[in-house]
Amino acid sequence: MDSFRDKLIPVTSILAGVVVLWYVFAVILNTPFQRDLDRRAGETHTLSEFIGKTLAQPKPTLPAPHQVAVNFFENTFLRPVTSNRSLVYNAWVTLSSTLLGFAFGTALGIIIAVGIVHVATLDRSLMPWIIASQTIPILAVAPMIIVVLAAVGITGLVPKAMISTYLSFFPVTVGMVKGLRSPEIMHLDLMHTYNASGAQTFWKLRVPASVPFLFTSMKVAVAASLVGAIVGELPTGAVAGIGAKLLAGAYYSQSIDIWSALVAGSVVAALLVMVVGIAGRIVDRAMGGRPA
Amino acid sequence: MTGTSPAVVAASKLGLTFQTNDGPVQALSNVDLTIGKGEFVSFIGPSGCGKTTLLRVIADLEKPTSGTISVNGMTAEQAREKRAYGYVFQAAALFPWRTIERNVGLPLEIMGLSKAEQVDRIKRTLDLVNLRGFEKKYPWQLSGGMQQRASIARALAFDADLLLMDEPFGALDEIVRDHLNEQLLELWGRTNKTICFVTHSIPEAVYLSTRIVVMSPRPGRVSDIIESTLPKQRPLDIRETPEFLAIAARVRDGLRAGHSYDD
Repeated sequence: MDSFRDKLIPVTSILAGVVVLWYVFAVILNTPFQRDLDRRAGETHTLSEFIGKTLAQPKPTLPAPHQVAVNFFENTFLRPVTSNRSLVYNAWVTLSSTLLGFAFGTALGIIIAVGIVHVATLDRSLMPWIIASQTIPILAVAPMIIVVLAAVGITGLVPKAMISTYLSFFPVTVGMVKGLRSPEIMHLDLMHTYNASGAQTFWKLRVPASVPFLFTSMKVAVAASLVGAIVGELPTGAVAGIGAKLLAGAYYSQSIDIWSALVAGSVVAALLVMVVGIAGRIVDRAMGGRPA
Repeated sequence: MTGTSPAVVAASKLGLTFQTNDGPVQALSNVDLTIGKGEFVSFIGPSGCGKTTLLRVIADLEKPTSGTISVNGMTAEQAREKRAYGYVFQAAALFPWRTIERNVGLPLEIMGLSKAEQVDRIKRTLDLVNLRGFEKKYPWQLSGGMQQRASIARALAFDADLLLMDEPFGALDEIVRDHLNEQLLELWGRTNKTICFVTHSIPEAVYLSTRIVVMSPRPGRVSDIIESTLPKQRPLDIRETPEFLAIAARVRDGLRAGHSYDD
């Protein structure tokens, strides 16, 4: 709890600073359009009236924080969750493909890592390709995955999840390769003195030693999965999901909608990372971890 | 070698050369040594004398490049496959995610003993090292000395007749070390195991051993073997007796002789 209190003041100060800056930029960026409007209407305003108006435009260049907050609140709490305008509904659509892709990605990442650690050929042949795979812009790959999978009759959740998988397997692979190789020489020697089989060394030493690495990489992977799911919604003409909300907002210049969808995405990301972190802590405690 | 008991460890013309980036390093050269059943043999020498390497060769953790080594009448590899020895490392090397009892049970699990047999042996060996009541604790909850005792229990759990110990108390303070030395002697007396013990402490070597193998570096070799004349029963204050001091002086001389051409 002390660490929570230690962080509270710095974090809130930064937040307050960001909000103030945000308001300043909202006024600056919305000024040209507001001036244009006023000129056409032939109105003149005092400075405070003018600032008030720049912060209350229906389609501002940069929405003010309170506009986003109101929009977010309305679309999250005041709409039925079955409405396609509800952020809860859209977040759920994105979350479901995020979780599916994350599950695939984690499983794939672990399998590849096990292969790399145990087969010398894979270590040399696979690793460069895995690194190369992450240098390809996902935005270019996403439509191809969607189109190719649609051609073989796979549509809906799975194609989006594949993009999440593509982004999330990488951190898990890297983390698990490191984790499975983390046992000290002494521990490996010890297993050798017992004449332990490869499988015994794997299950009794390498796997438990890799668990902290797994959870650290899963935190990165789950956030990457969410990005993948949102990106996956952009080129697919998806009708629901945070990505679809972002795209629709961009089409109709609903900048407030875009920002509130962004906030929804951030909240989901924070929650996912937190859940993985808590799961990691529970597992660590169950494995005799020293309380921090 | 004591009496006519069969050799537990027999090394003949044993040599080991490591290939390093700076060229070959002769870690062991021409080591002839026979260790009989029930002996307590210490290996002492400055760092780089190959004492740990010799222990690792006996354990089949390193392969010799020349000469022969037999353990219990078999090759070192066969002996390891038969789990002929328990090995205690410089650090306790307990698995942090296992409780003390599950750490001690690790070799038993690997050997595929029945659950009941495991429980029985864990209890017995934890009693042997006076760790009863700490079964459910995790390693970090124990002091360094207790952790090392748990690792000795782990090496004893599967009842190998040979115990190989590589500076097991090197990282502990002197008071704890004295205490553990006493307990180790008592344990050796009770179990009649053969113990090979690497150390760099002269008092520790003299206090514990029936024989002291003095080694010297570059190349690592045996420079002297000293038979202890101390009785099997050794209270801690035996270290003040003239007999003890005489043996210690011989060991010191042996170490100095091995070093004379150096620095």
